[in-house]
Amino acid sequence: MPDTFQLEIVTPEKKVVDTAAAEVQIPGKNGYLGVLPGHAPLITELAVGEITYRDGGEEQRLAVAWGFAEVLPDKVTILAETAERPSEIDVERARKAKQRAEQRLTSGDTNVDVERSLNALHKAETRLEVAEGKGHS
Amino acid sequence: MANILDIRRRIRSVVNTRQITKAMKVVSAAKLRRAQDRTMAARPYAHMLTNVLKSLVARAEIYDPETGEPKHPLLAQREEKNILLIVVTGDKGLAGAFSANVTKAASRFLESKAGKNIDIEAIGRKGRDFLRRRYPAAVVQTQSLAETDESTEKRAEAGERAGAIQIAGEHVGVLGKLEFAQARTLAEMVIERYQREEIDAVYIVFNEFKSVIAQRLIVEQILPIEQIGEQTVRLAEEMTEEEKKKAKEAAISAGVGMRGAESAGEQAALQFGTAQVDYIYEQAPEELFRALLPKYVAIQIFRALLESVAAEHAARMTAMDSATNNATDMIDSLTLAMNRARQAKITKEIIEIVSGAAAM
Repeated sequence: MPDTFQLEIVTPEKKVVDTAAAEVQIPGKNGYLGVLPGHAPLITELAVGEITYRDGGEEQRLAVAWGFAEVLPDKVTILAETAERPSEIDVERARKAKQRAEQRLTSGDTNVDVERSLNALHKAETRLEVAEGKGHS
Repeated sequence: MANILDIRRRIRSVVNTRQITKAMKVVSAAKLRRAQDRTMAARPYAHMLTNVLKSLVARAEIYDPETGEPKHPLLAQREEKNILLIVVTGDKGLAGAFSANVTKAASRFLESKAGKNIDIEAIGRKGRDFLRRRYPAAVVQTQSLAETDESTEKRAEAGERAGAIQIAGEHVGVLGKLEFAQARTLAEMVIERYQREEIDAVYIVFNEFKSVIAQRLIVEQILPIEQIGEQTVRLAEEMTEEEKKKAKEAAISAGVGMRGAESAGEQAALQFGTAQVDYIYEQAPEELFRALLPKYVAIQIFRALLESVAAEHAARMTAMDSATNNATDMIDSLTLAMNRARQAKITKEIIEIVSGAAAM
């Protein structure tokens, strides 16, 4: 069995990644899943989180917000609404978004859409983590 | 006969104008190329999304097996009483009849739906200005949407209607630096209103752009979704042969490719999710379907916006090309007139001298 598979990460704006990878970790909705070459065909929805993949030794990380992935034995395609590399993340903006979300959640206002705020908070935190190079686990 | 000096002055002024139109044409061509690339870049995602949805339709019980009624609200047909129309025009002028054509088509559509309540979402300054003169704005409770930065957005909350046809939302300045997030925000709002049954159908009128010579003005139905992966076009207006010829000439002289070249990934994208294997579904197909459908609406809107932007640049490029040509023609005829005037003047002087000499 080959020891790499084709990894594609596509967003509505562009194709972010198109490379041979040896391993990828996907933030599935029901938890992270690791994919190695020869994985069984699978389709999953993605949660807000971090994609980590390895192409030729170097570990690459991307922050994603919602998407879904198709896994085939020799190919993994990820459709993500946003996928950002650490260098592309606007740390200042993420920090502000985090603050805003926290404020909304702690304000005690009953009009706050809690689910939405939590989601925003999660997104901002993931961005910050990826930007600062910390792992998710 | 006009004064030589006057004609010369006019020639100089037309030359200046031509320089400006020429520069604008080059700029538009460059912008068009970029817009075209972005439209291409968005295609793989749209294809893949469509494919997965299609395969899900087969697997999940989207339609009730007994009645054939769709189980998902976004697929359900209702009687059209309240309609939402998204009108996509440009923010800037000097693009020929680009925005005027869109608003004209929108007006025609509005007439065909007379008697129903119609909410308009105006995207682009030109269309907004036009619509504003004719229809009242909805009773607005201004609310600035977070994270939209400089673009001005106004949103009307459900309330009393200002008229049968009203402007519910304005989006100005979003087309310049279009992002998917903007299309998504719009889609989420539309879906929410649709699900609350405030509106029964959503249409978008925009200029479709396949390539410089393949454009048409269409009214497309966004909601309810009739068939996934198929455009539901309600009204279409193809380019005339003359327009096509002009666009072609402009594209050639500006060095813009005529064909929307297929991006390399497109073929691969078409195959996405269609492999003949039994996938493991991490989530139930129904659940996945429910999550994907709103994204499908968002990508439809995003595509419409991207294509409209490309079409706008193409229209401007064509308009500026004809303006440049017209200026050249004008310079030629003015130069001719000036030479004639100069010759006439010289002839007249000679006659005066000769007749003066003869009189002596």
